[in-house]
Amino acid sequence: MAMSKSVRYLTPLIVFAGLVALLVWGLGQDPREVPSPLIGKPVPQFSLPALEDPNRTVTEADLKGKISLVNVWASWCSSCRAEHQALMALSEVPDFQIVGLNWKDEAQDAMRVLQLTGNPYDLNGYDPDNTVGIHWGVYGAPETFVVDQDGIIRYKHIGPIDREVWEKKLQPLVSELRARG
Amino acid sequence: MPPLLKTILLAALLAVATATPAYTLEEFQFDSPAQEQEFRDLIAKLRCLVCQNESLAGSQAELAQDLRNEVYRMMRAGQSEDEILDFLVARYGDFVLYDPPLKPSTYVLWFGPFVIIGIAAFFMLRAVLRRKPAGDDDMSEAERERLRTLLGADSAADGEPKKPT
Repeated sequence: MAMSKSVRYLTPLIVFAGLVALLVWGLGQDPREVPSPLIGKPVPQFSLPALEDPNRTVTEADLKGKISLVNVWASWCSSCRAEHQALMALSEVPDFQIVGLNWKDEAQDAMRVLQLTGNPYDLNGYDPDNTVGIHWGVYGAPETFVVDQDGIIRYKHIGPIDREVWEKKLQPLVSELRARG
Repeated sequence: MPPLLKTILLAALLAVATATPAYTLEEFQFDSPAQEQEFRDLIAKLRCLVCQNESLAGSQAELAQDLRNEVYRMMRAGQSEDEILDFLVARYGDFVLYDPPLKPSTYVLWFGPFVIIGIAAFFMLRAVLRRKPAGDDDMSEAERERLRTLLGADSAADGEPKKPT
């Protein structure tokens, strides 16, 4: 009985330790990372003028036939500036295209950023009024969607892309999609 | 800093902080007060995803503004409340709702507290039932006699209702 008695005395401590572990785990979670219900679904239909050339339109058809990283960005967004270097490096990789969704921005400001710091995008949709952003469930910049060759949204990353995010999350997915052909 | 100046500065800061104008819906036009009420009720049910602890009705964030406009536009286009809610849930997820729907992924949220209460109740009941009933056997015959006398004396005294003096 000595054994069971000591277990009984320890029970509150064990329960408390479990609770602490749960709360510590909760602290490590980012509440801003709201899961997107769009994963596994086709990209929403859209039509936007291209940032670089208002006469050209960007539509969901531009996201088919190859893997795309759709990057939501704006010139006013400081985290986008932080991830710009990473995007520049990724634009060298031929496996996918990078399509920008220039979100709630001014075309002039956005173009200036691209001219001054380089343009990692193959294409940019210009969405100053968040008409398309709403359909993609965008709620902040930067956000990055991985869209496969069939135009299905595979992943959404909230926040800037850095080396770790690329190596741990995006690159494995891109390789997998590429292998699938 | 002299204490007086500090006090004045602090008071001024507080005044500025509380004087931030409350958000109004003046920019939206409605056909009837009922429609306006419907709009207000609807945006109060929706969470601003940027600020998370504010509803669309209360938030000043730009995204909340965009979503309010979208809800307003859809409402004016004659769409029902359910259609508008479905539209937002399809894009932003259940998280946009303050009142989460009952489905397998939210069972823990809905039933978790009751399960915990149930477990706690089980252990409490067990502990209470296990406690030995206070046995009379602990008393000696002399003690029992004394108890009887005391109780007897007591009930006799209680027999005559005392009149309030």
